[in-house]
Amino acid sequence: MKRKNTNKYVSFALVIAAYAIMMVLISTGKITRSMQGMLVPISAYIVMAISLNLTVGILGELSLGHAGFMSMGAFTGTCAALMMLESVPNTGLRLGISMVIGAIFGGIAGFLIGIPVLRLKGDYLAIVTLAFGEIIKSIFNNLYLGFDKYGLHFQLLSEKGIKLEEGGRMLIQGAMGISKIKKISTFTAGFILIILTLFIVYHLVESRYGRAIMAIRDNRIAAESVGVDVTKYKMTAFVISAAMAGAAGALFAQNYSTITANKFDFNTSILILVLVVLGGLGNITGSIISATLLTILPEALRSFATYRMLVYAIVLIVVMLATNASSTKIMIDRLKARLGGNKEEEER
Amino acid sequence: MRFLSFLISGLSLGSIYAIIALGYTMVYGIAKMLNFAHGDVIMVGSYICFFAMMRYNLPPVVGVLLAMVVCTVLGMVIERTAYKPLRQAPSLAVLITAIGVSYFLQNAALLLWSSSPKVFPSIIGNGKIQLGELTISHVTLLTVAICLVIMFALTWFTGNTKMGKAMRACSEDKGAAQLMGIDVNGTISMTFAIGSGLAAIAGVLLCSAYPTLVPTTGSMPGIKAFTAAVFGGIGSIPGAFLGGLLLGVIETFAKAYISTQLSDAVVFSVLIIVLLVRPAGLLGKVINEKV
Repeated sequence: MKRKNTNKYVSFALVIAAYAIMMVLISTGKITRSMQGMLVPISAYIVMAISLNLTVGILGELSLGHAGFMSMGAFTGTCAALMMLESVPNTGLRLGISMVIGAIFGGIAGFLIGIPVLRLKGDYLAIVTLAFGEIIKSIFNNLYLGFDKYGLHFQLLSEKGIKLEEGGRMLIQGAMGISKIKKISTFTAGFILIILTLFIVYHLVESRYGRAIMAIRDNRIAAESVGVDVTKYKMTAFVISAAMAGAAGALFAQNYSTITANKFDFNTSILILVLVVLGGLGNITGSIISATLLTILPEALRSFATYRMLVYAIVLIVVMLATNASSTKIMIDRLKARLGGNKEEEER
Repeated sequence: MRFLSFLISGLSLGSIYAIIALGYTMVYGIAKMLNFAHGDVIMVGSYICFFAMMRYNLPPVVGVLLAMVVCTVLGMVIERTAYKPLRQAPSLAVLITAIGVSYFLQNAALLLWSSSPKVFPSIIGNGKIQLGELTISHVTLLTVAICLVIMFALTWFTGNTKMGKAMRACSEDKGAAQLMGIDVNGTISMTFAIGSGLAAIAGVLLCSAYPTLVPTTGSMPGIKAFTAAVFGGIGSIPGAFLGGLLLGVIETFAKAYISTQLSDAVVFSVLIIVLLVRPAGLLGKVINEKV
């Protein structure tokens, strides 16, 4: 229990310190433009990693479609922001509302997918989340949505049937996605979202809900037999995780001028999963660090130019082998024993 | 008549999925891991065959055999270097490693063979058979025939040979198999070898039917075939076959009767519905949990 608390303060301190340092660097102009442009995506990926960690690390169910919730939030949040262009002139407020809407729709999607998910286990559950991500991508790739003074008009497959009144505009144009987005996402908004996410997740983990969720992860049958309502707690974790992903999606989308459904495909889901696993399952601080490093890494490898993705792949394999292979594990344990003496005991 | 021709092209696509799904399902059955790099082994096989035929002017049969040999070796090398050290590791660690291998293969292909699409030549020409109003291309017939042959050969292999029995024993209980004197590591290697060899065949057939070859060619069919394997009940060989065929047919019908763009959504929706009704897939074994 004690260890968890210190971990919590480390997470908050880390995020706040990083924010403060970045703000100082930005105001003194010591930061490159490309680095500055990465701050919002990094924030979004941190939230994505934390929220997926809730599903994979804390609930213990493998999800391969987390980008689907991000997509849901990105599209609904951005559309909402575009519809509020005139009614809410304050960009900060508009971004806030759009993130809330993204979170709501993400949560709804999470609830819908949660219904089949709750019946399945392990790899079957994973494949359903994968399928769900692909369905979302496929639908947004073919959805045409227009908006005028009479409200929303939508149609699948083509925009032919949509006739807009004067002053109306197309919001989603099929595979072209949403274009002419106002870039209203800021690093400060990202920072607030991260802090909020951390607050929610830590609050959840330390509450009765969190203990029930972790009990389900560790032994579902035992948890059920002491009266834990498995369905309810699984669903709670799943919906919260999806809602946070939705908010992150809304933040992420409004950092670009165009966004397409293909940006949130299977590879994005996998990328987020990689962040979670490298950071450590159930370890929130780890997720934050790995999300930051792994978003910067491809940028930092730019000098390798064509080889950078290859290097990335090799780094990924080597890290997994180094941290998980039985031979290296024994070596690390020995090293720990020699260096720290009874450090292991202290941690517990 | 239209229905019949869609059904045949669906079966042909489904046969390709089935061959890929067999690789997934065998590896899953024995090593209990999702080998995400499988789709990229398909792509490597297609490139090998392509270069054998186009650059070195080898006959198609030699090209296919060469692709099979290369993929078999590749599969075993991947297993030895990346997966074997992780035998005792949590399954997620193995999954991420497999994803790393997949990225590695894709990007290595990108560097070696560039991202410009290659037009794959059909291995048996563009001949067609006319049956009344129905036209069936040779490629389609060959694909279905090869799939059937592989299916029967594999069923015989796992049922009757010493190696096949060893595989089944390992997939049931590795510890007990080892106590009976079965070389578990060798058996797992062998499974990867067979799966990767099949992937090469699938790659050649896939590219004969859909002739554009790029470094990411394997990833979407890989995901679909993985879906097919789960659809049929992962770990089961007849399940992979059935799942592959059904997935191919559903996808083709969805393309023909609903919409080309939404076909993926239809396929995956059907998958979700099937899993709701049969949570272990069509032919999967329902294992009761012991308390």
